Amino acid sequence: MLKGVRKLIPRVHKLDPGCLLRMSTQAPRSITTHSDDQLPVQRPRAICRTPESDPVKTFGEACLMVRKPALELLQYLKNTNFTHPAVRYLLYGEKGTGKTLSLCHVIHFCAKHNWLTLHVPDAHLWVKNCRELLRSTYNKQRLDQPLEASTWLRRFKTTNEHFLSQIKVEEKYIWNKRESTEKGSPLGEVVEQGLMRVRNATDAVGIVLKELKRQSCLGRLQLLVAVDGVNALWGRTTLQREDKSPVAPEELALVHNLRKMVDNDWHGGAIVLTLSQTGSLFKPQTAYLPHELLGKEGFDALDPFVPILVSNYNPKEFESSFQYYLENNWLQHEKAPTEEGKKELLFLSNSNPGQLERLCAYL
Amino acid sequence: MAAPCVSCCRGLSYRLFLGLRVNFAQRQGYWQTLPVDAQTAPESQILRLIHTTVVTTKKNVSASGRDSYTEDFIKKQIEEFNIGKRHLANMMGEDPETFTQEDIDRAIAYLFPSGLFEKRARPIMKHPEQIFPKQRAIQRGEDGRPFHFLFYTGRQSYYSLMHDTYGKLLQLEKHNDPFPQKTESMNPIGSRWLIKEELEEMLVEKLSDQDYMQFIWLLEKLLTLQYGPAEEEFIQRFRRSVTIQSQKQLIEPLQYDEQGMAFSTSEGRRKSARAEAVVYERGSGKIRVNGIDYLQYFPITQDREQLMFPFHYLDRLGKHDVICTVSGGGRSAQAGAIRLAMAKALCSFITEDEVEWMRQAGLLTSDPRVRERKKPGQEGARRKFTWKKR
Repeated sequence: MLKGVRKLIPRVHKLDPGCLLRMSTQAPRSITTHSDDQLPVQRPRAICRTPESDPVKTFGEACLMVRKPALELLQYLKNTNFTHPAVRYLLYGEKGTGKTLSLCHVIHFCAKHNWLTLHVPDAHLWVKNCRELLRSTYNKQRLDQPLEASTWLRRFKTTNEHFLSQIKVEEKYIWNKRESTEKGSPLGEVVEQGLMRVRNATDAVGIVLKELKRQSCLGRLQLLVAVDGVNALWGRTTLQREDKSPVAPEELALVHNLRKMVDNDWHGGAIVLTLSQTGSLFKPQTAYLPHELLGKEGFDALDPFVPILVSNYNPKEFESSFQYYLENNWLQHEKAPTEEGKKELLFLSNSNPGQLERLCAYL
Repeated sequence: MAAPCVSCCRGLSYRLFLGLRVNFAQRQGYWQTLPVDAQTAPESQILRLIHTTVVTTKKNVSASGRDSYTEDFIKKQIEEFNIGKRHLANMMGEDPETFTQEDIDRAIAYLFPSGLFEKRARPIMKHPEQIFPKQRAIQRGEDGRPFHFLFYTGRQSYYSLMHDTYGKLLQLEKHNDPFPQKTESMNPIGSRWLIKEELEEMLVEKLSDQDYMQFIWLLEKLLTLQYGPAEEEFIQRFRRSVTIQSQKQLIEPLQYDEQGMAFSTSEGRRKSARAEAVVYERGSGKIRVNGIDYLQYFPITQDREQLMFPFHYLDRLGKHDVICTVSGGGRSAQAGAIRLAMAKALCSFITEDEVEWMRQAGLLTSDPRVRERKKPGQEGARRKFTWKKR
């Protein structure tokens, strides 16, 4: 369900602000928003993100619904004080209520306002199903994940290309006997190095994070750290070493660096996090509150934060979502446009956005 | 028991053969109960015995026990039954005069409690008419001459009945004027013709489907003519009343809680799940199951569709709030149980007609299907062990 999101994000910055573009399928994934932030009444669109029946591909556009939690967050972000330490905002809620998409909305907003977005689409992917675990060259206790790190670097590159040439590295980094990055060279070189030499990808990620933190502290840029599924950083992993002993999340270099990033010991930006039960490991299905999903360790690490609850659709939101589907002829059932059909859908999905989307996929 | 009469001669020879066997097999107890006048000459004795013996093809006579019961025997059984009834009444401390069959059944169930599942295997005490099957009366005189003029047709009762009916029909046609007017017929509602099995039982004879249909056709034709009270009585012998489905759905009374909101409670069951639902009159369509929202309790859409069914049928989707508790069973059984409970509770808020519609839609019937027992020698309830050729 997040694959669609991943593809969405790289095109964010190409959007002209404020216009409702419907691009063709060639460049399908642009997010259009109705930029009427003050009036929460206007909810023109809804977004769908299932990879199988991806309306993004079908409609040729990706649309977001402007909802209250996102608006609240945007309000906070507009009033961020860049001299204070970065504030952490945590989006939490039941399964399928729209936390990830609220995050997307925020990212889009920040991208439009020329922040540097550091987006981790799903932290759970880093703690499970990893094919290669290498011993880190930088620190003997930690483990590298070259594949995940290179994927992330690629995304980062496409998302923030124009920043990469502007930011200059403050230190000299030696990769191996032959290659090194001098001080003052653009960040793009570090990223290239990580992408070329996959073995060093994790270290490249670590360097990028460190540099960005430093730069934002110096006030040269505004940084938005957006992590989805942040409870993965403090849970358990399903990874094992060769001798079948379990790996704790701290031993993964990526996780370690990300934890440092999510700490509020830097200023010049904001941190927006999302909890997710769907990809989480060893957590009960009904858990959705921060302390349940983060555990004691995570909660203490993230404390203090601003919690933002994302709940099911209210009637107006449901209405507009329904209208969007109808307009785009997504609902083919003959009873779908009727009042009864709408009431049925309302009942069956209980106004849960995720459920509604899944139901409509069949119709 | 009705003697199946395929054809007279063939049956006769059969019976001859088997009757002899019977003769040799059971000597003591059987013959002594026979009336003396029946045993005049050996041949006629055999003939008669055979005639009264119910002999079908390949029937295990010894296993089925004695098949013919003479009138005296039946009379004696009836006397014994009555005496036994009075004794039973005394035992139970009730009045022997007003001791009905239901009282007898209750008394027997109390005195001989049985854990058997099959109701017919439990001890019963009923009037001998109901226990001993109907017999044919003796059909030949002492000289071997049959009493009935249609004896040699093989099915004397059936043909005599057809003869009588047709005679009545002709009579009525003769009496009636050429324009037959239909009297108000009593048949449409509330009664039906006898079914084939019932007719067979009445005539103590086997019938074929065509015979039965012929007979009913004759009766129908009779109905179209004007008839008097005698014919009416004749026809009524062949009609049975049909009980109208008049089980009234028990409508729960409304209760009112503190805020003055009306609500109604009821229970439902499905397999081994038990549910109790409280439906409030005004609400926004929220349902809470065991304190959890129904979307989380039933993540499967099918279960939620089950919950939706009663409301959707009555077109009251967003109008009621429900709070229910459920236990036992699996997810599907729990969904079914809650659905039944909700439908029953909804009855108190809707009109009689809608209750009837719900009943016809099957919303108010509790599903009788339960898990079938596993039988020995099979792997499951129906599945047999893998058949191996050798």
